[in-house]
Amino acid sequence: MIPRPYISIIVSLSVALMLNMLPLPDWANYARPDWVTLVLIYWAMALPQIAGVLLAFIFGLLLDVSQTTLLGQHAVALVIVIFLVQRLYLRIRVYTLIQQAMFVGILLVIKQLIVLWVSGITDNAPDTEMYFLPALVGAVIWPWLFILLRDIRRRFCQTHHH
Amino acid sequence: MVEMNALFQTRASLFVRTIVLVILSIALMVADHRWNHLETLRTGLSNLIYPLRYTINIPGEFIQWIDESVTSHNDLIDENLELKQERLLYQVRLQKMDTLELENQRLRKLLGTPKKASERVLIAEIFSVDQDPYKRLITINKDSADGAYVGQAIIDANGIMGQIIHVESNASTVMLISDSNHAVPIQINRTGLRGTVFGTGDSSKLELRFIPHNAEIKVGDVVSSSGLGGRFPPNYPVGVISKIERPAGETFASIDIEPAAKLDQSREVLMLWHNAPPDNYGVESKTK
Repeated sequence: MIPRPYISIIVSLSVALMLNMLPLPDWANYARPDWVTLVLIYWAMALPQIAGVLLAFIFGLLLDVSQTTLLGQHAVALVIVIFLVQRLYLRIRVYTLIQQAMFVGILLVIKQLIVLWVSGITDNAPDTEMYFLPALVGAVIWPWLFILLRDIRRRFCQTHHH
Repeated sequence: MVEMNALFQTRASLFVRTIVLVILSIALMVADHRWNHLETLRTGLSNLIYPLRYTINIPGEFIQWIDESVTSHNDLIDENLELKQERLLYQVRLQKMDTLELENQRLRKLLGTPKKASERVLIAEIFSVDQDPYKRLITINKDSADGAYVGQAIIDANGIMGQIIHVESNASTVMLISDSNHAVPIQINRTGLRGTVFGTGDSSKLELRFIPHNAEIKVGDVVSSSGLGGRFPPNYPVGVISKIERPAGETFASIDIEPAAKLDQSREVLMLWHNAPPDNYGVESKTK
């Protein structure tokens, strides 16, 4: 039988991937937060023994396929972001929600910069100031997402925390 | 002390794992970019997310189904009548077309030029639109089992839409001509002037580049595919010149093209095999 935390992680990441793929009107597309990265950051912070860089790599590849980017483009960005979270999770956990949201915003910008950098090397990179809007939206919704995922974790993953 | 050691070890191995995965990602990107050898891996991974893609499509299809179900009887009668009239009109035009085609073939024979291959088309439905707002990609519901191949031209009733860039299972990804990485070789119908039309990332505007200031062009000129390069069949409409600017100091004119195909409105598209044998001529509509 698969341990419960794995199920919660895989299900929440699948839902996040669906939210990333959901068709939206053009104006909303520019603001769509990167759900997969947000959910991965949460699990890497809350259950670092389980959700690590390998999981980030796998979901990065799935993002690459779903967004038709180069295979490895989102993967490398997510691996680096989750590496940072794993190095700093003890510190992030004691942040207030607002501080956490700002930190998550920085992580999202780092991720987008890596993806943008690869796009810039290989083909035409988008050239607009709207590019970092999703990172801002991601930071704004972080507190709510955090509370939601924390409740899911407390309910379904009986661990030694809290 | 033991705990310290354990902590240190996991940190070291985290670093090693990260480095390995980063190198692996870079290797994948290079392989994907340089040699396009990863189609099998891409197809495998897209099978994994197929159920998710399918699920998010359900609400849209459900709404469409409701919409179709509640259409009133009178509306249907009206639509049917309209379609019948339209069909009659097209039949008349097609008759003329047949005669013209025969005449064209006869004349070509007289001239000694080889006969043009006829084309085969298949209707595909747009499955989803890429969520990246900086790209112009769509997914259609046909794969290699239907004969889709990388580089295949995709058109709609009004003109060229794009080409297939990945064939997955049950779906193929199409890059639209409005994507900023796309270019179509064209000619201007009125003068025969050749050029290349580039996407801008904006689905209502394309750009005709590298045309000198003194070229014989004007607003309203119809631009069609030239067939050079072999990817797109010749003589399909690409768009109409909507704006010409000749900035002093620049070598080339800046020319905007309004695309002929309804790039962000179509729901059905046509896949085109333009080197198909002549006996396959005609529209084939296969539903999955």
